[in-house]
Amino acid sequence: MSDHELIWRVAGGSGDGIDSTSQNFAKALMRSGLDVFTHRHYPSRIRGGHTYVEIRAAGHDVQSRGDGYNFLLALGDSFARNPQEEAYYGNEELKPLSENLDELREGGIIVYDSGLLSEDDIAELNLEERAEENDWHVFPIDLRAMAKEHGREVMRNTAGVGVTAALLEMDLSHIEDLMTDAMPEKILEPNLEILHDAYEMVQEDYEFEHDLRIPTGDHDEEQALLSGSNAIAYGALDSGCRFIAGYPMTPWTDVFTIMSQHLPDMGGISEQVEDEIAAAALAVGASHAGAKAMSGSSGGGFALMSEPLGLAEMTETPIVLLESMRAGPSTGMPTKPEQGDLEFTLYTSQGDSARVVFAPGTIAEAYEQTRLAFHIAYEYQIPTIIMYDQKLSGENSNIPVSFLDREPDPSLGSTLTEAELAEMPHDASGKFHRFQHDVENGVSPRSLPGQKDGRFLATGNEHTPEGHISEDADNRVAQMDRRIEKLDAIRRELDEEHESNQTYVGDESADFGIITWGSAQGAVVEATERLNDQGHSVKAVGVSDMMPFPEAELTEFIESVDQAMVVEMNATAQFRGLIQKELGRYGEKLTSLLKYNGNPFEPAEIVEGYELNVEGSDAEPTAQVRIEPAAGD
Amino acid sequence: MSAFNAIGDDREIDRNEFTPGLEPQPTWCPGCGDFGVLKALKQALPEVGLTPEEVLTVTGIGCSGKLNSYLDTYGFHTIHGRSLPVARAAKLANDGLEVIAAGGDGDGYGIGGNHFMHTARENHDMTYIVFNNEVFGLTKGQTSPTSPKGHTSKTTPHGNAKSPIRPLSLALTSGATYIARTAAVNPNQAKEIIKEAIEHDGFAHIDFLTQCPTWNKDARQYVPYVDVQESDDYDFDVHDRQEAQEMMFETENALYEGTVLTGRYFVDERPSYQQQKKELGEMPEEPLAERYFDEDAEWERSYDLLERHK
Repeated sequence: MSDHELIWRVAGGSGDGIDSTSQNFAKALMRSGLDVFTHRHYPSRIRGGHTYVEIRAAGHDVQSRGDGYNFLLALGDSFARNPQEEAYYGNEELKPLSENLDELREGGIIVYDSGLLSEDDIAELNLEERAEENDWHVFPIDLRAMAKEHGREVMRNTAGVGVTAALLEMDLSHIEDLMTDAMPEKILEPNLEILHDAYEMVQEDYEFEHDLRIPTGDHDEEQALLSGSNAIAYGALDSGCRFIAGYPMTPWTDVFTIMSQHLPDMGGISEQVEDEIAAAALAVGASHAGAKAMSGSSGGGFALMSEPLGLAEMTETPIVLLESMRAGPSTGMPTKPEQGDLEFTLYTSQGDSARVVFAPGTIAEAYEQTRLAFHIAYEYQIPTIIMYDQKLSGENSNIPVSFLDREPDPSLGSTLTEAELAEMPHDASGKFHRFQHDVENGVSPRSLPGQKDGRFLATGNEHTPEGHISEDADNRVAQMDRRIEKLDAIRRELDEEHESNQTYVGDESADFGIITWGSAQGAVVEATERLNDQGHSVKAVGVSDMMPFPEAELTEFIESVDQAMVVEMNATAQFRGLIQKELGRYGEKLTSLLKYNGNPFEPAEIVEGYELNVEGSDAEPTAQVRIEPAAGD
Repeated sequence: MSAFNAIGDDREIDRNEFTPGLEPQPTWCPGCGDFGVLKALKQALPEVGLTPEEVLTVTGIGCSGKLNSYLDTYGFHTIHGRSLPVARAAKLANDGLEVIAAGGDGDGYGIGGNHFMHTARENHDMTYIVFNNEVFGLTKGQTSPTSPKGHTSKTTPHGNAKSPIRPLSLALTSGATYIARTAAVNPNQAKEIIKEAIEHDGFAHIDFLTQCPTWNKDARQYVPYVDVQESDDYDFDVHDRQEAQEMMFETENALYEGTVLTGRYFVDERPSYQQQKKELGEMPEEPLAERYFDEDAEWERSYDLLERHK
């Protein structure tokens, strides 16, 4: 059947190797021809603490984590054996099993490590009773003992994968290949042994009464499994970005470390510096001197960047900044996603400031829009920001390898060569007129320090076309108008020369619209398809252009529907506010579906939000979402 | 052919080339020490063979921040306290440039104090001139990190309870490899020190005493000065960290007791950050910025990194 899918959740303690195990398993599923999507849930701790990774795999396109899951591998938490911690965190050892039962679907499979849990623990959970009610198939297996027998306890993971493969009647060959590639010889052999032992043991000793089997699928072309952070880093590298400066902060650190791993070998420079003010200021300095440069952070760190961001605007120095959102305010929930920094990112920094903000919704868009961000920044001499979040940063999905087979773009945009500079206007002392008033698109081409005939002063103060500090009223108006004019020019270029950054699904004639932005897009797309399969008439748009706003596109979309629901992961309906501000109307036509509990939307929650909206029920939503009525309601 | 032909230009340079033509006259008050820095720089730069186009001056905010408005080089007038991170990145992106950062005591030791510590620690190859007049000038006379204890101003009407920062000692502890103090009232020494600082491979810090006739009423606050290298009363080895440290300590105490000691305090040959980064393979040999103009440059693609994702 076409909607046959596996959603495998592996749960354990932070530091137990859940991440690497699941990464390999996801690749094995991809290699077997399936589309995969992974979702990471982890605490802000290094060792111990409940963590899980979900891998959704199906023979059809998957764009979100899906609803719930149908296979739990509960490995226990090997770092949770400190009785002291119970006072604060409860029984950690049991959490990989106990915390995950609510979302397990009917008919699902549970494999847990009986070696880590006592019978009393299990009794406390009423597992038997609940299994019967939900038709769960429970397999207690002493993975720990099996791992110890083969040498090291950490190999519980591999044993768990072997058990999973056996229960799903899945071929081991892809898993073996990946292990062979990833593991040094010394540990490869015992791991292969335990994989096979676990597989055979399950085949021999257990009867399979469950229906779940490995889905089947086929790819037309070779695929790669990429995270959003990978896609952004690769988009930057392919844009010719060879300078990054940063300060570690979750979840931005992912891109920072990926870039740092590659840059030295690609003739680039990575700088880990004292704070985020310095980081963004370094990007400004490097770009001023002629490098394609980027920096970035997450909420709290991005707050520190507002000074250099304004400096880049005023001096018209191109830079690309990343804003990888996590739940705030302040340090909030460091490892949980939220779309709560929209207004902050759009309006950070003093004055009438102009910057470009993109919010990609998928892995492919993350790559594409990163390239666009560099192109726009260097062509228009303006800071561009890519907003994303912990969800997009950490999730993995497959894209065709051919998608990344394209030419690099090392152009410095509107930067002049020495030959061109010689032809430009200069004043009597030989200074180049860097900030001319009357130019096309608001862009006055720049020179770089060290070039002949290009000498100028860049200043964060208001300045004349020649670069002198000035408080002259007419000059102020002319310079401000020119800087702001860039946004209109960029909007025109985006509309005319590039394919729309907005993603549309559903039938054009549908009378109910769903509007979303950034990483919530995947769940919305899937929910929309589901609603239409159920006979509703729904279409959706995932918006990526936050500034300059795609006014024409959104106006057309909202005009074409009777009512629209804005779906976003924050408590104050920030994107709905932006739409109303930019379009100046539609307050009565827009409602909101909000989620801000630290977990991304599941498609079913959006379906439920739609039903409550359209059917006008007063019932509270069952999921942790909130409906915000239209203005005036 | 290089995209930066001004770099390495070794023609004879006239000091007037560093003076802007039809440009604003300095807004500094009559008698301001900042004129002394400007003059010393205009003299020093041609003498070390630099052309205006191969020099990038990066300044912060305050009276000192306007230095590069009146000095005809490539310039970047940044924001309060942030000259150093901007300057060091420019040097990393194109190490053919001669990068000189400048700021005031509030700008450099106050709001930019953290950057000062780290830029010195990393030993970036650049020169940093701090205009030290012991007050905030442009914001009209508030107490600064180098104001003496007990200093009264609009923000400390009963006197400053804080002890002043010790810039020379701080630079040494942080890791600067050339440390000197000079004064606007001593233009010849200032010029020589600036020349040495520019030629030094590493982070060269100059605490430049600039009298403020408006907010520190005694316009002659740094007179008379003593050049510790010229005076028979002082004998220490600038290459010996411990001797330099003791001398700095004495100098910093003496300033607030009315004795102005100036000169070179510490010179160390530790390799610069740029050099170390190159040795470790963390920075390209050729200036990064050149590559964007090189039509034959090879640009690696992420496509070639995909093996690990398949």
